[in-house]
Amino acid sequence: MSVIIEQTATAAAAPRLARLEDVSKTFANGTVALTGVDLDIRRGEFLSLLGPSGCGKSTILRLLADLTSPSAGWINWDEREHELGFVFQEPTLMPWASVFNNVWLPLRLKGQSRSAAEPAINDALAKVGLSGFAKAYPRELSGGMKMRVSIARALVTRPALLLMDEPFAALDEITRNKLNDDLVALKCELDATVVFVTHSVYESVYLSDRIVVMAPRPGRVVAEIEIPAPLPRDEDFRLSPLYAQRCRETSAALHQAMEMETKGAAH
Amino acid sequence: MNRAKLRRYALPTLALIAALVAWEAVVRINQIEPVILPAPSLVLKTLIADWPVLFRSLMVTMRITVEALVAATIGGTLLALVFARFRWVEEAFFPFAVIMQVTPVVSIAPLLLVYFDSAGAVLVCSFLVAFFPILSNTALGLSSVDHNLLDLFQLYRASRGRQLLWLRVPSALPYFLGGLRIGGGLALIGAIVAEIAAGSAGQGSGLAFRIIESGYRLNIPRMFAALALISLAGVAIYLALSALSYLLLHRWHDSARSRDT
Repeated sequence: MSVIIEQTATAAAAPRLARLEDVSKTFANGTVALTGVDLDIRRGEFLSLLGPSGCGKSTILRLLADLTSPSAGWINWDEREHELGFVFQEPTLMPWASVFNNVWLPLRLKGQSRSAAEPAINDALAKVGLSGFAKAYPRELSGGMKMRVSIARALVTRPALLLMDEPFAALDEITRNKLNDDLVALKCELDATVVFVTHSVYESVYLSDRIVVMAPRPGRVVAEIEIPAPLPRDEDFRLSPLYAQRCRETSAALHQAMEMETKGAAH
Repeated sequence: MNRAKLRRYALPTLALIAALVAWEAVVRINQIEPVILPAPSLVLKTLIADWPVLFRSLMVTMRITVEALVAATIGGTLLALVFARFRWVEEAFFPFAVIMQVTPVVSIAPLLLVYFDSAGAVLVCSFLVAFFPILSNTALGLSSVDHNLLDLFQLYRASRGRQLLWLRVPSALPYFLGGLRIGGGLALIGAIVAEIAAGSAGQGSGLAFRIIESGYRLNIPRMFAALALISLAGVAIYLALSALSYLLLHRWHDSARSRDT
């Protein structure tokens, strides 16, 4: 059963970018990754998918990216053409290519020459604070810098929808907090929609307009939590009563999702 | 040159010199006949005296080795690309690859002499042993691509050709170069083994033939000189292919990167 906590009128009224209708996904080995998922992606929102491992968060991203197709149900897009960006849990850079060439890849695959793509690449690198590193190779960069390159590559096509699969999970907390702030600033600047997969309650509350909490085995949506505070946010937000309250609620919803898993396993 | 570098080069050089000095001393002190064990100084003298003959033979062996390696590189890479594109071809040819790889080359050499002249048999033998490491390494490299990168190429609707050229080929490069280094050493071994097998069939002027000939004539110093040239040829092939590997990989791959430190 889905629990919606404080759905604000403005958020609910935001135009829709995509809708998952009764989507299920069963893998070839019989694993049911998702069952009966109904989910709206609203234009311009920062949506986090939160839940324990195996709840189908990444599968939703792969469905949205058309990297896999649903076993049942539909994904309806409000626009036929929608530019996508994808950031994986690992930076997923081509180690043999320079930072410039890595960021060029999406444009190059669309047929843009190096010189035609150069302004967009330089702009994307500037946005993630890596202007001086165009000629560097991935192995010469720190983990945080590699992830910035990965974000620049996802942004270079100016996507309407940015899909991020636990992009900061492997980073230290200081780098992670800095990248969280930078990501929200970029999202606001580009007016992009972000669907962000995370395991972290605190990260999801700090970043999101809306959090969808999922339960595993089979993966399903169990709660939706709105965070009615404008983006970008700063350190003051982390000290606000709203932040504390939403962390408690999100944590309780996640706890409930994990209990569902335990009960499911017991049965 | 720092201490670590000095140690890396000086230590093996000193060990080699020490071994040669010890060898020379053992021969001289025990007055061992050259027909049993020639001293290194005599091997060097023979190498200089017989240089025209030995150099010609070295060139024959090297030409065969290089030709076989080039053919194995082209053939192995092309077949690996076919394997990567058509999975069923790989599955169909797998038993052949295993049979060819596990059959000792020395046992194929007499059979090859039935179908080819001795020069052709040596070339084919050398090609066969160099071919499989290049094929299997390159095929492994082409299929060992980061799945997330494959997803990324799919996300941006990359054609199969671009996926191959911009993703699979660079991913396979370290594997291919590893196979090439193994293949380079094996091509020389294949050429020598086939020369030994084909030697009796006539027209054997490579280094292996010189070894057999020296044995028949009890010219053991020349046998050692020919052996030394084979070793040097092997080292030269290894160093050339290692240099190629370093040139192509040192900016991005760990296998070549450690040399920078």
